[in-house]
Formats: sequence, C-alpha cells, structure tokens
Amino acid sequence: MRFEVFIALRYLKEGKAQTALVLGGTAVGVAVLIFLTALIGGLQRTLVAQTLSAQAHILVKAPERLARPLPAASAVADRVEKVPDRIRSIEQWQQVLEAVRTIPGVVAATPTAAGSAFASRGPATKSVALRGIDPATFSQVIEIVPKMKAGRFALEGTEAIIGTVLASDLGVSVGDKVRLATPEGRGDVFTIAGIFDLGNKDVNQRWVFVPLRSAQTLLDVPGGATTLEVKVAEIFEAERVAREIQRRHGLAADSWMEVNQQLLVGLRSQSASSWMIQALVVLAVTLGIASVLGVSVIQKSREIGILKATGTTTRTIQRIFLLEGAIVGAVGSVLGAAMGSAMALAFANLAQGPTGAPLFPVDLTPRLFLGAATVAILTGTLAAWYPATRAARLDPAEVIRYG
Amino acid sequence: MGEGRPEVLRLEGITRDFGEGEARTQVLRGVDFALRRGEFAALMGPSGSGKSTLLHIMGLLDRPTSGRVLLGGEDTRVMDDDQLTRCRATTLGFVFQFHHLLPGFTALENVMIPMAAHKGRLDASMPECGRALLERVGLLARADNRSTTLSGGQAQRVAIARSLAMNPKVVLADEPTGNLDTQTADEVFSLLREVNQRQQVTFLVVTHDRRLAERTDRIIELVDGRIVSDQASER
Repeated sequence: MRFEVFIALRYLKEGKAQTALVLGGTAVGVAVLIFLTALIGGLQRTLVAQTLSAQAHILVKAPERLARPLPAASAVADRVEKVPDRIRSIEQWQQVLEAVRTIPGVVAATPTAAGSAFASRGPATKSVALRGIDPATFSQVIEIVPKMKAGRFALEGTEAIIGTVLASDLGVSVGDKVRLATPEGRGDVFTIAGIFDLGNKDVNQRWVFVPLRSAQTLLDVPGGATTLEVKVAEIFEAERVAREIQRRHGLAADSWMEVNQQLLVGLRSQSASSWMIQALVVLAVTLGIASVLGVSVIQKSREIGILKATGTTTRTIQRIFLLEGAIVGAVGSVLGAAMGSAMALAFANLAQGPTGAPLFPVDLTPRLFLGAATVAILTGTLAAWYPATRAARLDPAEVIRYG
Repeated sequence: MGEGRPEVLRLEGITRDFGEGEARTQVLRGVDFALRRGEFAALMGPSGSGKSTLLHIMGLLDRPTSGRVLLGGEDTRVMDDDQLTRCRATTLGFVFQFHHLLPGFTALENVMIPMAAHKGRLDASMPECGRALLERVGLLARADNRSTTLSGGQAQRVAIARSLAMNPKVVLADEPTGNLDTQTADEVFSLLREVNQRQQVTFLVVTHDRRLAERTDRIIELVDGRIVSDQASER
C-alpha cells in the first residue's frame, strides 16, 4: 500500500466524528445533485416526449412566396402585401426527400399532403386537418402504431384513420364510413381503418389520415407533397439539421425547437436554475470539506511535524491531505448516490397522476452516477488543496516545539 | 574526544537569529563542534540557551542564519527541502522530550513509519524489521498496542526504536528522559547507551540532568548561544 494512502485512511478512521460529518455533508450534496438532475432530466424528457409524440422533429415546406415590390420609380404606392398562400407542393419532392434522408443526423423522413377539410357523418360535421400520408414511412417519423386504440395503422384505397375524440364526436368506429370534403367542394367517402390516441386532445379531435394519393386529389395537388416530415437521431440537433436542409434545398424548414420556443425557454430556465442550485451545493460541500480538513491540519500540526522529521517529504504530506479529500469525495459519492436514488424514486412514487401511474420517470442513468462521483472526487480534492498546502508548509521545528 | 574515528556531523560558525529589526534575537552566536562515529555526547545548558534550536539545526529541521552543517562531510547548505528530508531520513534519528508518537497508530506502525515514508509504501519486510527494533528496546509484547495506551517510559522506548528504524549514523535526543521518573529515566538512558555501544551509533543527548550527563563520553555546555565548555565527562 502506498504510504500516503495508509496515512490518509488512518487519519480518516481515527477522526471518526469529523469523518462522519464531512462524509455526511458530501453525501447529502451528492444526493441533491443526483436527485435534482434525475428529477429535472426525467421531467424534461417527459415534456419533450409528450410534445414530440404527435410532431415531427422537422417540418419542411415549400418556401414562402414573397411579393416583389415594384421599382421605386413607379408611381404606384410601395405598400407590399403578403401573398395569400394556397396549398402548394414542394417541387421535385421525391428527390428532395431522398436527399434529406442522406443528411447526417436524419433517421427517417416521410412526405405528407396536408390541408383543411370537413368530416361529416349524417348531420354531424367537424372541421379537420386532413393529412395524406404513406403509413410505412410516417410511422418511422411519428411513433403512432403503439398508440392505435382500434383497427390498424394501414391505409388502402379510401380508408381513413382518425383520433379518438373525432371518432366519439362523429359516433363512428372501425369499419364505419365518413365523408371527407375540402372547402373547395372536392370530397369522397372513406372507411375508418383505425382509431388513434396520441395523448393530445386537439390532435385526437382534428387529425385525419388518408392515403397520400387520396389527399393529393382532395387538396388538388396532383402527385405533390406539401410537407416533408423529418425525424432526427438527437432531438436537440433538430435546429441544426433544419438549417442544413434550408441551406441545401432552399426550402422552409422549421424544427420542433422553433415551433415550441416557449417550451424550450421553459426547459432552459429550468436547467439554468437547476445548475445554479447544484453549483451552490457543490460550493457548500467544498467549503465543508475544506473547513473540516483545515481544522484537522491544525489539530495534527505536531504529527505533521513528526512525519516530516522522520523523513516524510513536503509533497507526500500534501498528497496525504489531498487523498483525504478525494477519499471523502469517493465514499461520499457512493453514499450520496444511494440517498439521491432513494429520494428520486420516492418522489417519483409520490408524484402520481389521477390513474396512480407516476407522472414522469426519474432519469437515473449510469452516466449521472459517474458524473456525480467525478464531481464529488474533484470537489473533495479541490477542497483539500488549501489545507493540504498549509500542512505541507508547516515548519517541523516550530510545530514540534510549540505544537 | 573520539579522535581517530571519522566525523559524522560537523557544525561550523552556526548562528541563528529570530525576529526582525529591533525584535531580532540571536539565539546561537557561532557554534562550532563535531561529532565522531560512536560518540555518546551530552548537550547541557540553562533554559533558553539555544539547545533545542541547535538540535533542530543539527537535525536539518531548521536552517542556520549563517554557518554550515556538514553531514558525513557533505555541505547541507546546497540541499533543497526534499534532499534535506531524504538526508534526514537516512542519516539522522530523533527522540523528543514528549515521545511524539502518532496517536492513531500502533507501536509497530510508529516504528515502521520512517521506513514506509522513505520507500513511499509499506512492504512485507517492514513489520519484521519493526518487531526486531521493538524487541531491541524490550517492547515486542506491546507491538500491536496503540501508542496512546503505552506508559511514558514505554512510549519513549518506542520513540527510540523509531529513531533507529533507518539505521541512522546520528541520533539526536532532546531531553528524552525529561518527562520520566528517575527510575524510568535511568532505564531509557541505559537503553540509549546500549544501542550506542552495540551499533556504534553516535548520540547527542540534550539534558538538564548533570547525573545523567556524566554517564556520557563528552559534555558540551551551551550558554547564551555559545559553547562555554566541551570536555570529556568525568566518569
């Protein structure tokens, strides 16, 4: 065993009360780090997952048409009004789709033809968002198959898939027929092939999926796709990928981050306040370890003098106290990990929804434990720096004589 | 005094000042003497005469204001702190008035500490060496006792065993019996003498006790930071 490890361990064992106090402080600090990070991580993951449950990471559309002002010399007033937009297809969407699928970070992409329509059955008529899709690639972008409540997620001929709320509003179930018609008067009768629940009332009430070809006919975009919906591997990379699509193809690309800016601001504020609390906790732990080790150095002044007189070098003395800090950090992180995990799991069990299911899972990952242990060991070592340097500088002749 | 035997430690023109400006005090005012191999010398003097300061300078725990300490003929002025520590570990042993054993450690561990500090680790041969040293001072039976459970005389014996751990050339003892009753003091002093004679280790023992000093080979007397007398003892 290394000499400094032997002495450091013995000093910690010897100063039972001090060691217990400093370990307790470190463990509580680590527990708070783990609890907060797991809680905020779980909460944020749930919020983002809920938001993205019915939303592609990136929506690619045809670029906005801009009105061109007349030359300045014209006698006409230069007021420029936005062009009222009609449903337009992305030009050469098949090639764009293939190209988008090759962009690094993109895991899936699907074409849709989307527009407004009315769904009616007997006297009941509802305004809906018509979405012509290719079910095979659409289900790669939005995880909808597990959320089917009835029927199947497949579309052939004049089949439609609707949400639970719309099904209830229209009083239909799988196999029933509904009429879908656009405001322009194009319409057809569709058979309900499936009913979904995407966990969002508005979506469940308004979305109607039909085959892409049917939507192209209804919306009068023959062979066209109004939107490409893209899924990326790393959700917080969506904005970067969207800008890349925009740059490469000159199309309008909106990431979920842009569409949900308020959510993102909320998440960032939450993260910032969590980081602030964690930084203060780390600071408090650092000061705690530093003060306990500082007192220990004063109490052990004479012993340090004796160690020096009997051949222990200044650097070894310094390492003994740095090791004490690191050991406190390591042991404290193990205790703190257990405490923090228990707190997080207990909280997750307490915070239950009306059905008794946890509101959100806590994010207890090996990476979190590893991170907390690293922070604790570094904090312990850093906190021990001043007492260790002070111990190393003690003049053996003086402390042996005066203590 | 021991002429013919090689010098192990020499002091030349040692002065030591403490404080600055008007508060400056000169504790040692030019001390010269040498210790030869196997010598058993006593350093005497009234309180405040500079004995402990001189011992610390000889033990390389403190640096003189001027003058030089030669250890085995080597000038210690040119050594940095780590070199001094290594030199101290391999050449010198200390016995203090208050045994200064490390309280959280056993008698054996206290004896092993200089060896482990020097090697940078504990190895399998050290307990054996430690036990041999404790046997030499008659305390093998208490090897595994914590140092805080030992009596004053026993603790001082362990301190003597610790001072011999690295086979030093010189042992510097600062009033090693000052805290012991007469009988224990005699026993400890006899032990020092026995080690000196058996291993030819040089001893310099600081003492106030004239009776004990007269059991040494040589008595050096220090008054006001100067050596006023340096002669063979009248045994």
